[in-house]
Amino acid sequence: MIELHDLTKRYGKTLAVDGLSFQVPPGVVTGFLGPNGAGKSTTMRMILDLDRPTAGRVTLDGKRYGQLSEPLKYIGALLEAKAVHPGRTARDHLLWLAQSNRIPERRVDEVLALVGLTPVARKRARGFSLGMGQRLGIASALLGDPEIVMFDEPVNGLDPEGILWIRNLMKRLAGEGRTVFVSSHLMSEMAVTADHLVVIGKGRLLADLPMPEFIRRNSRSAVRLRSPEPERLLDVLAGAGLRHEPGPGGSYEVVDGDIATLGELLTAHGVVLHELSPQQASLEEAFMQMTADAVEYHAGDGPGRDAAGAPGTWGAGWKANGARPAAAVRQEEN
Amino acid sequence: MASFPAILRSEWTKIRSVRSTVWTLALTFVVTVGIGALLSLLTNDNFTEFRRNDPSPFDATGTAFSGMMLGELAIIVFGVLAIGNEYSSGMIRVTLAAVPQRGTLLTGKATVLGTMALVVSLVTAFVTFFTGQALLGPHSTTLGEPHVLRAVFGAALYLTMLCLFAAGVTTMLHNQTMALGVLVPFFFLLSPILSAVPKVRTLAHYFPDYAGSRMLLVYEQHGQPYGPWTGFLICLAWTLAALVGGALVLRKRDA
Repeated sequence: MIELHDLTKRYGKTLAVDGLSFQVPPGVVTGFLGPNGAGKSTTMRMILDLDRPTAGRVTLDGKRYGQLSEPLKYIGALLEAKAVHPGRTARDHLLWLAQSNRIPERRVDEVLALVGLTPVARKRARGFSLGMGQRLGIASALLGDPEIVMFDEPVNGLDPEGILWIRNLMKRLAGEGRTVFVSSHLMSEMAVTADHLVVIGKGRLLADLPMPEFIRRNSRSAVRLRSPEPERLLDVLAGAGLRHEPGPGGSYEVVDGDIATLGELLTAHGVVLHELSPQQASLEEAFMQMTADAVEYHAGDGPGRDAAGAPGTWGAGWKANGARPAAAVRQEEN
Repeated sequence: MASFPAILRSEWTKIRSVRSTVWTLALTFVVTVGIGALLSLLTNDNFTEFRRNDPSPFDATGTAFSGMMLGELAIIVFGVLAIGNEYSSGMIRVTLAAVPQRGTLLTGKATVLGTMALVVSLVTAFVTFFTGQALLGPHSTTLGEPHVLRAVFGAALYLTMLCLFAAGVTTMLHNQTMALGVLVPFFFLLSPILSAVPKVRTLAHYFPDYAGSRMLLVYEQHGQPYGPWTGFLICLAWTLAALVGGALVLRKRDA
């Protein structure tokens, strides 16, 4: 279990991480999602005590990282591929790491086999591709057979086979009851890997909820209607008690509407339609809109400031309004 | 706390597994012995010519150690690379995640580095001395002469301290290119230039290289500000200051 308590990191005038509090429980894959520059890597470095927080703290099952005597046996991390001296062999890289935490040498050969690097174990890292460097980083994370594993953008540079392999590996590790914390800037990658999702934007927590819940709330579906007689269209919709939102090009959208019911209803009232089409917003779009809101908020002068509430409650407020997709909230604010 | 012997083993594996680092240490031996041998040979062949108009006693030990200047350069580079390559590759974050006790880590690094440098420096110093004396023929000296043995040990200790000084400075600057850019001009430009300027010469006398050169003295010379033991202590003070400075920066700084 990783616990962040009001974690904050300031670099000069920039607030890279802003009062982040969440927990990463064991037994599931927790995705850590945010656009580039959202503060994911900074947060991970603070978890490992590499960067010192400006405020707040991180605990690992109640302990601070610096209190761990042989940390690799407890938490393994891949922060950046190629954090290896180019002149050192893959095996020697893992060997010094193993020795520093009194991990038996045979474990080095085990993890090399596990990530498929046995054939190049005695080759110097200089000639490694990004994917091979990534595998070596994953090998070093697994070296101490740790309770907690943390991967920063692990699929970067991997080929499709490698991506599938790392997904299955993370699921297996979580299935063994370990804590798995993985960052990505790709919603699509998280959607297939993570059981739980933590979303940050500009260093702030935007969402912290189970993946199915996130999908349910954010897979926005709507029926788009366009008519040459919009007043009549809106009258009929209002008469049937259907909520609508303005769509592009003078159209209207009925969120979660049933296309057959709407078609029959409008035909019965003789409303001429130029368009009757189903609309589906992808998770990727939902994620982009969610983080775009965070960026907007940080501009600090939007009219939505009061509506969105205090920064700390924005995530919570969004959750309370679960039935309303992020996209809808945003349109109303505008 | 992390196990200190484990840190030592780990750091030893790190140093021996990178060829470029090992090469700089080998180079320290080769240039110090080689240039000393060459100068000893030339001196022996042209002794009367070289010694004409020179009233001071002939220093056979000093002649054998003529290659020290380049040996110093090589061992400085070794100290810089051994620490600095972790910063250039980003590996320092992997290291600190494995050993979060940063003070202990640096102590372990300095111990391994210092031991390696000391062993190589001792071998270098004695081989340099004996090779030089063999080539100086009738003008040679022996370890039994006054101050000679101390001077040979002095050369070895000086090289070892330079290596640790360079390691400390590199930890403070956390960048090997910058460390080389500071150390090489300091030792090979700034210090020699300042020593030649009358007013600031006194200041330059307290630089580590001048202090270190005192440790190799066999004969009393005129106008020396201090003797070999004071030289040793000044050199040691610089080395400890660099290492403590490095430890403070390492502990405080984000990796």
